Amino acid sequence: MANSSNHYVAPLDETPLAEVDSVNISAQASNLWLDAWRDMRGRPMFYISGFIIILVALVALFPGWFTQVPPNNDCLLVNSNGAPITGHPLGFTKQGCDVYSRIIHGTSTSLSVGIIVTILTAGLGVLFGAFAGFYGRWLDAILSRVGDIFFAIPYILAAVVIMSVFSSYRNIIIISLAIGLFAWPSTARVLRAEILRVKNADFVMASTAIGVSRFKILMRHVLPNSIAPVIVITTLSLAAAIVAEATLSFLGVGLPTSFMSWGNDISQAQSDLRNAPQTLIYPSLALTITALSFIMMGEVIRNALDPKARARR
Amino acid sequence: MFGYILRRLLQAIPVFFGTTFLIYFMVFAMPGDPVVALFGQHGVNEAVAAQLRAQYHLDQPFIIQYFIYIGGIFRGDFGVSFSGQPVSEILLSTFPVTLRLATIALFLEMVLGITIGLISGLRKGKLFDSSTLVVSLILISLPIFVIAFVAQLVIGINLGWVRPTVSGTAPWNELILPGIVLATVSVAYIIRLTRESVIETRGQDFVRTAYSKGLTSGRIVRVHILRNSLIPVVTFLAVDFGVLMVGATVTEGIFNIPGVGRTLYQAIIRGEGPTVVSFVTVMVIIYLVVNLLTDLLYAALDPRIRYGK
Repeated sequence: MANSSNHYVAPLDETPLAEVDSVNISAQASNLWLDAWRDMRGRPMFYISGFIIILVALVALFPGWFTQVPPNNDCLLVNSNGAPITGHPLGFTKQGCDVYSRIIHGTSTSLSVGIIVTILTAGLGVLFGAFAGFYGRWLDAILSRVGDIFFAIPYILAAVVIMSVFSSYRNIIIISLAIGLFAWPSTARVLRAEILRVKNADFVMASTAIGVSRFKILMRHVLPNSIAPVIVITTLSLAAAIVAEATLSFLGVGLPTSFMSWGNDISQAQSDLRNAPQTLIYPSLALTITALSFIMMGEVIRNALDPKARARR
Repeated sequence: MFGYILRRLLQAIPVFFGTTFLIYFMVFAMPGDPVVALFGQHGVNEAVAAQLRAQYHLDQPFIIQYFIYIGGIFRGDFGVSFSGQPVSEILLSTFPVTLRLATIALFLEMVLGITIGLISGLRKGKLFDSSTLVVSLILISLPIFVIAFVAQLVIGINLGWVRPTVSGTAPWNELILPGIVLATVSVAYIIRLTRESVIETRGQDFVRTAYSKGLTSGRIVRVHILRNSLIPVVTFLAVDFGVLMVGATVTEGIFNIPGVGRTLYQAIIRGEGPTVVSFVTVMVIIYLVVNLLTDLLYAALDPRIRYGK
């Protein structure tokens, strides 16, 4: 107490130290992903779309859980374009097969194409976008021009050409390649723009200053901080790929009819639109609901990850 | 401005050669020998085969063939369809129909998309806005052939308001329903884009200034908010052109409209590879030109693009 006459010590709560002290170390850590997760959990759209996505995945993995009727055997022409009866809730196709069972068994085809295309577009997009954005200069010039070339051909038209060329080798891998090979540039563009924004951040400069290698900076610091928009675009591209597969099948350049897929069912039902609309409407409904749930999920993630969108609400 | 145009034109050159090369390469990689295929089950006559190869330049190296093909494109020669008719001739006769369909679709897209998007953006979070968002999500996930079939079934067959398919001359009034179908997919994107853009612009300082000057809200919305919000929408229309072409192929196929799209649709359905490729090439070139023009228009609209960099 002798010192109090010589030195004035300000009360603790007036100093900036108070702010430091008030940080509760044991409180839950917060970052972009945690914030986003908390935001998503509060939205009904997240639960609805999440439920449908899980259901669709289960149907694709275990079709036997959902129907006991075989999709291809047991087709009687007596039932051709028949109305629903007990045990066959959605009626029959032109070949007399059960519409419901074919939808259930076609799920895995549509979903596999969607997943393979998404992996392909995300992989190529991240590769091209990350290197173009981070290393810049001549590499950016080359990669971006390559991207421009692939971007300039609408991917459905490109897939039509590829599928026409490979008319005798059509399978799930080929159709996924045909869609994915021309769908990646939009992912690359989005990531490149985001990396250009992130790479001048202070934490990147700090890593450079302490001698972290360029590649390691890209992998450890820049990429994780710029990946958010890619996640959003990936969810949307899954929906787009499922629709693209159906469109190609509808045009007759999709999977061979030996594959059960929603697109094939829709394509085969189109001539019976007048007599048996149910054979066309139900597979279309399955396709639309699946696409809608992925698009809704993308929307939820986008709103959760984008601080600007969050602030605007 | 001149520098920008020049740079943009120079950028378009490698893209033009790249895309045509890519398409040509895919066809070149097509398995099977087309000349041998022409002989069918008969034995191959070597002399005739050699003559055919020389006539179609198939005896030349790949890269020479490509340049011969490119040379043809510059002279307006896009090859010959499966039935022997020049592709350029088919294009001339079918293009006006597609143009009519596209005009209806684009008009609907712009008017509905921008109006609904503007109202949505101005009334953010209200009932109109949230229901628009839900409807636009549903529209985006509906494949265009599903919309086309349902429209044909309900409006064309069940209600009988219009003919389910379009007649040979494709008059304007019969193209309204296909035009609506074609517009549905992109209209959702335009609504969302306009809405985002309007919300963004509405928070700008110049809008607050306009309000504090005492301008009427009608004038602020028209002059200050709408005009500044339309730039991203204009760029979108160019990208959207690709979607529109694929959509036209499907829509014209379903409604039997005698346009460019149906020609491509039928060629695809019948598996006429070379015709498909010629038409896809034409569409890609049109797409490139439209994108180039939009970029130039964009520069005219927004001085920041012109003078930037």
